[in-house]
Amino acid sequence: MVRAEGVRKHFGRHEVLRGIDLEVRTGEVMCMIGPSGSGKSTFLRCINHLEKVDGGRLSVDGHLVGYREQGGKLYELRDREVCQRRAEVGMVFQHFNLFPHMTALENVTIGPVRVKREPKAEAEARARQLLARVGLANRVGAYPRQLSGGQQQRVAIARALAMQPKLMLFDEPTSALDPELVGEVLDVMRSLAEEGLTMLVVTHEMGFAREVGDSLVFMDQGVIVESGPPREVLSNPRQERTQAFLSRIL
Amino acid sequence: MAAVVVLVLAAMLAHSLFFSHVVINGRPRERFEWHVIDHYFLSTQILVGLGVTLALTAVAMAGGIVIGVALAVMRLSPNPIVSGSAWLYIWFFRGTPVFVQLLFWFNAYYIFPTFTVGVPFGPAVAHFDVTTWLTPFVAASVGLSLNEGAYMSEIVRAGIISVDEGQTEAAQALGMPRLMALRLIVLPQAMRVIIPPTGNETISMLKTTSLASVVTVRELLFQAQLIYSANYEIIPLLIVASLQYLWVTSLLMVGQYYIERHYARGSARQLPPTPLERLRRGLLIRPGQAGFGRAPFIVGND
Ligand SMILES: Nc1ncnc2c1ncn2[C@@H]1O[C@H](COP(=O)(O)OP(=O)(O)OP(=O)(O)O)[C@@H](O)[C@H]1O
Ligand SMILES: [Mg+2]
Repeated sequence: MVRAEGVRKHFGRHEVLRGIDLEVRTGEVMCMIGPSGSGKSTFLRCINHLEKVDGGRLSVDGHLVGYREQGGKLYELRDREVCQRRAEVGMVFQHFNLFPHMTALENVTIGPVRVKREPKAEAEARARQLLARVGLANRVGAYPRQLSGGQQQRVAIARALAMQPKLMLFDEPTSALDPELVGEVLDVMRSLAEEGLTMLVVTHEMGFAREVGDSLVFMDQGVIVESGPPREVLSNPRQERTQAFLSRIL
Repeated sequence: MAAVVVLVLAAMLAHSLFFSHVVINGRPRERFEWHVIDHYFLSTQILVGLGVTLALTAVAMAGGIVIGVALAVMRLSPNPIVSGSAWLYIWFFRGTPVFVQLLFWFNAYYIFPTFTVGVPFGPAVAHFDVTTWLTPFVAASVGLSLNEGAYMSEIVRAGIISVDEGQTEAAQALGMPRLMALRLIVLPQAMRVIIPPTGNETISMLKTTSLASVVTVRELLFQAQLIYSANYEIIPLLIVASLQYLWVTSLLMVGQYYIERHYARGSARQLPPTPLERLRRGLLIRPGQAGFGRAPFIVGND
């Protein structure tokens, strides 16, 4: 579903991604860990074309991100096409980024109604189902400020799901939450994984990575240092940098 | 002590306003001639002038807001030609006096006698005869709108910038194009920052429209001047005009309060009560009853 080959990205003279190679297969749940500033968020944002890749090849579902390939040449996508591609990838942010002037229901319906031009009644019915599914059937009319962090993040997940994405990106979805609220969000993510959704999750919840993840990659200073089945990487890290990082956070 | 001084001064002012007399040509006369003010306050001429003032304010502000939003969006565009031209516009209109701009538009037919709509440098679609279209009112509307647009754009831009970038990002992640994200997500949130200064701009515009009297727009001040040029009651008629401006300004301030309240939706957990609600609540709850000392509302700003 996601294929990265030598993906590079720099901000000014600062190289943030220095050749990322990885593949997320359809239906796979990949977790990504790494120290702060290692480029995890930047990589996720590249997949969604919120940042432009400077080098290498990055494709989602067989389509090159940001470009069209024709006769061996690359053509930059027009804005409209970029938007279409983005609509197929769901993204959940560390700080939720719900739209504060809209109710939970409006947050979830705005994408389908405005971007996909679905009839409002249909989108609303599905939004209610999604909100029920993340355990918020009774908070449909609440504004984000009236919800706890865990509830907000679950609305944010429902908002992304409403677009019926092929792929979901999670950027530290529980790091801004009080410890007692982390579980409710992870439970929702676990159920999505069980349904076979393809997910790329940046997280420091090792329990989640171990139990739900199909694979785990450790990223440091813009490269992937180690990857493999989560249990193996976590209990028998082969690289020194991975060992040092894990000993610090476990 | 300070309060006593203020009270004494207020009493002196009140006395001077309402009870004092001046002696002119050996005859005592009421200093402020309230009967003249009373006579003209609701006269047709003044009310017509007030109507023109209100219309000009509304048109100029509407035009200014439309231009301002467009300029603000242009200035934030990634395209340097688009953002640069917006910057140039703002630079020009803020750098020249609005009074001069008004005089310019009033006399614009000298340099643009006709105005043609059509393909640039190509065939024309429609001709306008500027001399007939550019009435004083239109000239003043155009001049004030264009000038106001430059100021409004800075207000709108400040509002847009005040909205967290994560909002645009979340909207883009849903697949929204830049302008749709701006319209549906960013601008509604920017309103909270945009409304208060826009209220000030409207109040300021109400009074700035008096400049249009110079280009013969028959607005409030023009009408007052017309009357006093005939009867020489200069001060009373200036007071008439001032009182009219004052009550409209007061009304605008009340309106601003309610609009601000509307756009606070979603940022406060519970909206503060309106003055009317507060009054009603104050009447219903008698001192000594439970709940009187409780904070009437909670504003969440976490
Ligand atoms: N828009 C930007 N302009 C300049 N530098 C940036 C920008 N975005 C990120 N960076 C830099 O890129 C580096 C990687 O940032 P990134 O957010 O991808 O790290 P991260 O692995 O997600 O870290 P964290 O765990 O703290 O979220 C950091 O040094 C950051 O300062
Ligand atoms: Mg990050």
